[in-house]
Amino acid sequence: MTELVAQGLVAGYGARRVLTGIDLELRAGVLSALVGPNGAGKSTLLRALAGLHRPTAGSVRLDGRAVGAIPRRELAGRIAVVPQSFDTLFPFTVREIVSLGRSARLPLFARPTASDARAVERALDDLALGALADRKMDALSGGERQRAVLAMALAQEGDVLLLDEPTVHLDPGHQRSTVLLVRELARARGLVLLTVLHDLNLAALADRIVALVDGAVAADGPPAAVLAAEPVERIFGPGLRVAVIDGQPVVIPDARMS
Amino acid sequence: MTAGRATATFIVLALLLPVSLVLAVMVGAVPISPLDVLAALGGGGDPVAGVIIRELRGPRVLAAALVGGALGSAGALLQGLFRNPLADPYVTGTSAGAALGAVGVIALGGALSATVVPLAAFLGALVSALVVWQLARLGGRTTVLTVLLAGVVMTSFAGALVTLLLVSSDRLALRLRAIIDILSGGVAVRAPGELAVAAAIVALGLGLAVALGRRIDAFVFGEETAATLGVDPEHTTIAVIGASALLTGAAVALAGLVGFVGLVVPHALRPFVGATHRRLVLACFIGGASALVLADLGARIVLAPAEVPVGVITGLVGAPFFLVLLVRAGRRSTV
Repeated sequence: MTELVAQGLVAGYGARRVLTGIDLELRAGVLSALVGPNGAGKSTLLRALAGLHRPTAGSVRLDGRAVGAIPRRELAGRIAVVPQSFDTLFPFTVREIVSLGRSARLPLFARPTASDARAVERALDDLALGALADRKMDALSGGERQRAVLAMALAQEGDVLLLDEPTVHLDPGHQRSTVLLVRELARARGLVLLTVLHDLNLAALADRIVALVDGAVAADGPPAAVLAAEPVERIFGPGLRVAVIDGQPVVIPDARMS
Repeated sequence: MTAGRATATFIVLALLLPVSLVLAVMVGAVPISPLDVLAALGGGGDPVAGVIIRELRGPRVLAAALVGGALGSAGALLQGLFRNPLADPYVTGTSAGAALGAVGVIALGGALSATVVPLAAFLGALVSALVVWQLARLGGRTTVLTVLLAGVVMTSFAGALVTLLLVSSDRLALRLRAIIDILSGGVAVRAPGELAVAAAIVALGLGLAVALGRRIDAFVFGEETAATLGVDPEHTTIAVIGASALLTGAAVALAGLVGFVGLVVPHALRPFVGATHRRLVLACFIGGASALVLADLGARIVLAPAEVPVGVITGLVGAPFFLVLLVRAGRRSTV
């Protein structure tokens, strides 16, 4: 079983410390949502977990190996990161975008092999993109483009999937289906799955919520435990009301003036 | 992109190039019939036509094709790498750096040997492209705007150095024609063998560009995503800048500052061959070659018997095109 583990992780930019000591174990088969106020260090933690940001102290280990020591091409076959932006600027087709997931496996002059083609077709199928495969990205809706980028990450055939606010450009219906889709991927494929989410009501759909405040883990547990009145106020400050509907925690802004 | 449409486009481009080449050889002060052109290629036919073709128009037309192809494919490389629809060797200051290198050896150097000018142009292009890349990411993030601003800075700086060279060189009178060719953008083959050297440099640059095509595709969502896809952003960027400098250096050595070819050709071809860079770079090479052969033909006949530098033609066509792209980029707020 894959494990991605941060221990005593400290990281920052220049003299500014963004992460002040993170201990976090991410296990396979679980969708974890990473939440927290703006500037809490969510993106930096995601980048450090992906091996994109070098820690100043502590470590990030994938099955015991420091991610910074794993060569980039090998790491691409283990950890996939879904970018926040899926604007392609140029008219790539969906299949061409999904095929980028195979970049690390192709030497400079090699042609894609049968297994590359299979991985691309499978990723297209997983996200129901078969009918759109030859369409250009800029002709698709936001939700469809997001699925194409997710399929690109799946085509990497790694065992860790990290998402940076995948729902930010989507309408509420597509936000929900995206989170449910990645939860299903985590459970069915046994992936280590972590997604940054701003919307706490979407985070409530995850198996586990990790909340960051000022670069440290302020709460970590199942949604029902983290999205309770006390931790929510401690993490996000006053002004939010917490309710439970049919066992599902709900967080809404408080309309009453205080 | 459907493979059929891309294939059809390649067939059209592959037919357009020889037609443009023959047409450009036929037209001039002494018109030559298509049959005489073909006969001269076989070594026979009218002897006067043969001399004109082999000594004058042939080298010039081939040089124009090389220059257009090199600039077109370099533009495709830079646009893809910087995710910038406004990038090309001219706008990013790579051409100015190449011109500085070329003018430097012409103004200060010894004999105008065939290898020296293209190599100096390549070095000038390489250094200026690396400097522009570093300048553009000073703020930590490369944007459309920072690339353009860094290009403007590089162009002004290289231009100032060129002026300094011109006023301080005592060889100027001897070499004025060569320097004017470079600064105004005119296709000229000055030394025997120069064409062959430039062709070798272009072949190297094009081979590297095609090999790097798929890596450039991985930059579509930015450098960090390229890294998580397993493509090293730094190494790839330096290799792409190297390829672009080879192509631009050879082009500037042959034709000087010809603007906008690298900008326009990729935009014209992307709708037909798609965005993946391996295919795009090749298409831009063939398409850019035809485009500049025809532009150079236009430069020879538009004010005949006088000639305008081909850079004037590409500037007149390219500058309005650049403005349209600029407005569009502003609307997308990618700037």
